Amino acid sequence: MGNFDGDSGTVFEQSYATTNGNGKLANGNGAASFSPPEKEELLSQRKFSAPAYTEIRTRRCHSKPTNDAKSPSLINYHPEKKSTSNGHASALSESKPNQAEGKLSPAEEHRQKTSFEEVPLHTACLTYLGFYLLMILGYINQLLFVPKVATEKGRDGYVTLYDAFESFYSRYVYRRIKDCWNRPICSVPGEELTLKDRVTDDYGWSFKFTGTETRCLNLGSYNYLGFAAATGRCADESEESARQSGLAFCSSRCELGDNEQLRELEAQTARYFGVEDAIVFGMGFATNALNLPSLLGPNSLVISDEKNHASIILGLRLSGATTKVFKHNNMRDLERVLRQGICHGNPKRGGQPWDKVMILVEGIFSMEGSIVRLPEVIALKKKYKAYLYLDEAHSVGAMGSRGRGVTDYFNVDPKEVDILMGTFTKSFGSAGGYLAGSKKLIDFLRTNSHAHCYAASISPPIAQQILTSMKTIMGEDGTDIGRKKIHQLARNTRYFRRRLAQLGVITYGHEDSPVVPMLVYLFSKIGAVVRTLTTRHIAAVGAGFPATPIMEGRIRFCLSAAHTKEQLDFALEAIDEIADDLGLKYSRKPRDPNPVVY
Amino acid sequence: MVAIQLFNEIGSIFRNTPTFALVLETLLVITVIWLLLHRRGGGRRRQLTKEEEDRIIADYEPEPLVADTDPEHPLLRTRIVQSKVGKHIRVDGHDCLNLGSHNYLGFLEDQEILEEACKSLRKYGVGSCGPRGFYGTMDVHLDLEDRIAKFMGLEEAIVYSYGFSTVASAIPAYAKRGDIIFVDEAVNFAIQKGLDASRSTIVFFKHNDVEDLERLLIEMEKRDQKNPKKALKTRRFLVAEGIYMNTGEICPLPELVALRQKYKLRLFLDESISFGTMGQGGRGVTEHFNVDRDEIDLISAGMEGSMATIGGFCVGSHFIAEHQRLSGLGYIFSASLPPMLTQAAISALDRFEREPKIFGQLQSKAKSLHQKFSRFTKLTLRGNELSPVKHLYLAQAADNFDKELKLLTEVADKCIARGVAIVQAAYLQNRERQPVRPSIRIAVNRLLEDADIATAFEVIESVSNAVL
Repeated sequence: MGNFDGDSGTVFEQSYATTNGNGKLANGNGAASFSPPEKEELLSQRKFSAPAYTEIRTRRCHSKPTNDAKSPSLINYHPEKKSTSNGHASALSESKPNQAEGKLSPAEEHRQKTSFEEVPLHTACLTYLGFYLLMILGYINQLLFVPKVATEKGRDGYVTLYDAFESFYSRYVYRRIKDCWNRPICSVPGEELTLKDRVTDDYGWSFKFTGTETRCLNLGSYNYLGFAAATGRCADESEESARQSGLAFCSSRCELGDNEQLRELEAQTARYFGVEDAIVFGMGFATNALNLPSLLGPNSLVISDEKNHASIILGLRLSGATTKVFKHNNMRDLERVLRQGICHGNPKRGGQPWDKVMILVEGIFSMEGSIVRLPEVIALKKKYKAYLYLDEAHSVGAMGSRGRGVTDYFNVDPKEVDILMGTFTKSFGSAGGYLAGSKKLIDFLRTNSHAHCYAASISPPIAQQILTSMKTIMGEDGTDIGRKKIHQLARNTRYFRRRLAQLGVITYGHEDSPVVPMLVYLFSKIGAVVRTLTTRHIAAVGAGFPATPIMEGRIRFCLSAAHTKEQLDFALEAIDEIADDLGLKYSRKPRDPNPVVY
Repeated sequence: MVAIQLFNEIGSIFRNTPTFALVLETLLVITVIWLLLHRRGGGRRRQLTKEEEDRIIADYEPEPLVADTDPEHPLLRTRIVQSKVGKHIRVDGHDCLNLGSHNYLGFLEDQEILEEACKSLRKYGVGSCGPRGFYGTMDVHLDLEDRIAKFMGLEEAIVYSYGFSTVASAIPAYAKRGDIIFVDEAVNFAIQKGLDASRSTIVFFKHNDVEDLERLLIEMEKRDQKNPKKALKTRRFLVAEGIYMNTGEICPLPELVALRQKYKLRLFLDESISFGTMGQGGRGVTEHFNVDRDEIDLISAGMEGSMATIGGFCVGSHFIAEHQRLSGLGYIFSASLPPMLTQAAISALDRFEREPKIFGQLQSKAKSLHQKFSRFTKLTLRGNELSPVKHLYLAQAADNFDKELKLLTEVADKCIARGVAIVQAAYLQNRERQPVRPSIRIAVNRLLEDADIATAFEVIESVSNAVL
């Protein structure tokens, strides 16, 4: 990490000190360059005095002594200032994005690289206690105060529309940290973003804009390869496409909504994965929800990972298939469920054998940050003659040496997976989804997919963004930008995850997954961390009950190829301090004392 | 002593119990024992030995993942659009007058909307890279929601990123298992999927037949009287479309509202076609019928018609619409609408407000097209005269729907070759609730001239006379 500046050869003319979170400037070394940014710094701090951003008081008022193993002595980066971008200045180093290093069996190695550290007992107790306390306070609150919510007008005598617990939870529990979600931004969701500051005068019932903006380092958007940009080749070609073909078709693919560009996109997608054919849709969520029903019938058995995304669950519900759930990424449990399912047949039809059995997994699980154990799943699928549906919403582009998803990462032939599904929202910086596989499968979908027949086809500029970014990843644009991006993401991921482990916080998932959930357990800590990170100019995402189990409140960081080492260090510095202040360093694993090499 | 007393006691019980009761009780005991044993028998069946399991697994032969597709399937062949979609369109190498794209107001050709969308692209990039909850909310989304709510004179709007998912997510956000939904039988496929996802009891009434609906409501009332406890917990919904995608008819809104009040239903209205086309100001069927919008619980609409972009929205009171932000699946779990397309919707609203005369123009075009197209010799027209969507059916029904579809496709193909783009409506016949009669769906564009309508009429008339 220390020799980075030398490597890149980039000289940062300005060096900014970090603030320690109280609005006071930390004891920086670059005293000479202080005076101009200082005012801005204080100004930007003042914005957060409003209640929504009430900062958690840090215990230490003086700056932390610099520890070269933990934090760099000087952070050359701050999102409020226009930093000199070093792009992909760092040369390709020898660290490989792929596995195959040790002599362990791949399955064993995968297991070792995946971590789901158990929660310490006292934290577990405190988490439950904290949650019940919140609930009790909520009930008291509900008894004592009339809620300031809208009531229904002109519908007297109607059956109440909402479930009582649901409204209680959203009004009295979720509201307390409601400001941590749905934050409006007013910029490209690139490596940085601009938050529109808002405040609440009534404890989260309503928000008002202050008119100010905050520039934040973006660790929240799914911009894995950094294709979210308002300038550059992708944006140029998208604009050209909009001018040439208009903004929409106002028709479905089957009527008057098909053109050469969409055909090209499908052919390109098929080539990207090395399969026979592909079909594209205008929305990623709908790709799952509207195609699973075509593929499954009432006499199908689906074996689904317990952490699968809501769109998959909705698709399964619409299909009418029998669904059995196996423990997250647990191959032994998958085999048990498979065996039982096949041996006993369809209980609704007196044990008659199933028409088909389908295993449904995701490439990277978006809340867990884990990577599917694909080779083992494929072995099981073959053994039990099941079909495999792989949802690569988060892994496509982000995984593998060529960015082609988990099949590429594990060096598995994509044809081994029966149905490859993914979205264009994340790595490609666009919108929509695809299904890829054999020609027979895709032809069937063209004649049976709900989305293909009834829903609007993809807007031309959106399709163009996918095409251009996909060509860049494949190197068909004649540059190695795509390869560099993939490499940069893999490098950022390793560095960030290792540094976090060194800090002693608990992270979930696999070492190579760019989705990094950091466990904070307590419901209230989710709010505290997200708010404090905002005051430190970092945008991250929190997730708590009901999105996760009550016990497992977490903060999620999504890394991007657009992040530089300075930006990651800046974030890690802040996380380190917050973790100290809020007591997030739960991990009991031995920490690596050596500095992590970028 | 105690034992003897107990024995006597039991004896007296036996003596005092009537025989039939004894027989019944014995039967009961036998049934319980049989059930228990049967359970265990089932359990024994479940505990297969490993060899047996292996044999079953070895013998198991699944069906292929998908059935073979007929290479001649009508949906496999799509027409290629080779130009920008507007009043004119180039399809499969033929320059045509466009009567097939649902670009009712002609906004796809609007240079101003395009420029503003491109400007937005230069500010926000193309994709939003996240769901609304996780930094996918941009100021344009909030702006659009605000504008729609104001335009409709309601409290709150919520924007979805796909037209299909809008109504399909909105319905299951409110209706749950055990609730009852009354639905017009001609509703479009997106609504049907929303109904499926809700798992409620669905009651279909005849298309636009208010008497049939009332008959069903009275039946429900009778059932409720028998079980008032359950009735107190059952939510009732009424779902209808403003203008039906599958028939082109307008819903009898005032009558529906009256029934809604009388039977305490909640009315959801899908205005995907009628929003931006009906009423003096384009506010949909509520404005057309002059019905107070508070009478309708939730209005949903796609922005893929008159607004000429992608996505959809729901609009209603704060109490109703806000709920979807935590329970509309397609809203929470999907990436938000690309900002440039959001901007296009805002710009379209600008035009709505600035030039309300466009709605009158569209309606008069729809009317004159309706009058003209009613005169085909071999085709019959269906749809309201003001509706921008109309259907052409064969005047003389063929033996089956496949044959009708083939004939209509031939008509459409030949019309395209002669410069009039019309297409047969695409349906997944095997997945619709009930097969839909094939038709050619005509979409009226505001920019059509009377001469264009006359030309289109001539072409379709001569082609259909030749083919049919």
